[in-house]
Amino acid sequence: MASLKDIQLKIVGVKKTEQITKAMNMVAAAKLRGAQSRMEEFRPYAEKFGSVMGELAGGTNSASFPLMEIRENIKKVALVVVTSDRGLCGAFNANIINASEKFFASQRERGRETAAICIGRKGNSYFEKSSTEVIYKMVDCMANIQMFNAKQVGQKLIQLFLDGTIDEAHVIYGRFINVAVQKPAIKRLLPISQEGLEEGAEAEKEGPTAAYIYEPEPEAILNQLMPMFINVQIMHAMLETGASEQAARMTAMDNATRACKDMIENLTLAYNKARQGAITTELMDIVGGAEALKG
Amino acid sequence: MANKLILEVVTPSRQVVSDEVDLATAPGTDGVFGVMANHAPLLATLQIGEMHYEKDGEVVRLAVSGGFCEVSNNRMTVLAEAAEKSEEIDIDRALKAKERAERRLQEAETRREEIDLARAKAAMTRALVRLKIAQQKQS
Repeated sequence: MASLKDIQLKIVGVKKTEQITKAMNMVAAAKLRGAQSRMEEFRPYAEKFGSVMGELAGGTNSASFPLMEIRENIKKVALVVVTSDRGLCGAFNANIINASEKFFASQRERGRETAAICIGRKGNSYFEKSSTEVIYKMVDCMANIQMFNAKQVGQKLIQLFLDGTIDEAHVIYGRFINVAVQKPAIKRLLPISQEGLEEGAEAEKEGPTAAYIYEPEPEAILNQLMPMFINVQIMHAMLETGASEQAARMTAMDNATRACKDMIENLTLAYNKARQGAITTELMDIVGGAEALKG
Repeated sequence: MANKLILEVVTPSRQVVSDEVDLATAPGTDGVFGVMANHAPLLATLQIGEMHYEKDGEVVRLAVSGGFCEVSNNRMTVLAEAAEKSEEIDIDRALKAKERAERRLQEAETRREEIDLARAKAAMTRALVRLKIAQQKQS
C-alpha cells in the first residue's frame, strides 16, 4: 500500500489538474459563444449567396463553365480537411481524420489518386506523417477565422482544378449539430453541382420573382461569383469546425473534471483507510508494550 | 413607405447597413448605377469602389470591395467581401496598405508576374477608395 505521504501528494496533483480542466471548460464555453455567433452572422451572407447562385444557375447551361465541368476520367481527388489547431478536445479531430481516411480509401479503391489540403494544425501534422500527399496547408488560422484565409485556400483549389492537377475537390469539416453533437461531414466543392445550387434557390423564395435585369450577362456574373462561392463554402466549413471544436473541448473538459472528482474521492478514501490503519497499528503497539511491562 | 427602399449591406463578418433609404448608388462592374424605390429586379456584380446612400437628405458613404448586388421586391441587398462606412475607415491602415501596394506593384512589374500584378493593383484600388472616402468625410 502506498504511504500516507504518497497519497496526499497524489490528491494535491489531481486537484490541480481538476482546476485546470475546469478553467479550460469555462474558457471553451466562452469561446463557443463567440464562435457560434460568428457562425450565425455569416449565415445571412451564405444563404443569400446560395440563393442568388441558384437563381443564376437555373437559367444557364452548366457545360459552359469550367468550374462546373464534370470530368469523365477522374484521376485525382483532393480533400480539404478542416480540423482545429489545438488539441485537448476529445475525439473531435480524430473523428475528422478517421472519416477522411475512410474517404481516401474509398477513392483509392476506385483507382483514383488522393491528396489532402489541410486547414488547421491537427490535421496537417497527421497527414504530413501519413502516405497521403499534402498539396497545401494552412495552420494557425482557426483561432481567428478570416475570409482571406478561406480565399487563399479557394484560389489554390481553383487553380489546381483548372490546370488539371485535381479533377474533384471535397471538403470535410466538423459539422456543428448542437453543443453535445458534432459530426464530420463531407461536401463536394468542385466541380460545382447544378443541383446543389438550385437547392439553395428553393430554400429561400419570397414572393414571385420577376425576370431580372442582369449587368453584365448572367454568364459573366456566374463566372465572377463561382470562385467566391467556393470561398464562402470553405469559410462556412471553417466556422462550423471552429464552433464544433469549442463545443467538443467543453464536453471533453467537463468529462475530465468529473473524472478528477471521482479520483479525488477514491484517493481520499484510500488515504483515510491508510491513516486509520496506521493509528490502529500504533495503538496495538502501545497496548502490546503496556501488557509486556505489566507481565 | 412606398417611396423608400430597403438597403442591406452584408459582409461575411457582419451586417454593415440595414436601413430604409431614398436612394443608393453602387459601383457596378459596367459602371456606377443608382437605385431608387420600386426599381425593377436587378442583379449586378460590383467592383472595388465607392457606394453611397441617402436617407432624409443625409448622405452616407461606404467603401465596398468585390461582391454583387441584388434588387428585388423593393429591397436592395449588397453582398460584399468588405464594406465600411466612411467613419469606420482606419486611415492609418489604408495609408499603410497603399504604401505596401505601391511596393508590390513595382516588384511585380520588374518580375512580370501577372497574378501578383493584378493582386497589387486590386490592393491599390482598395486603399485609394478607402482614403478618398475617409478624406471626404473630414473636409
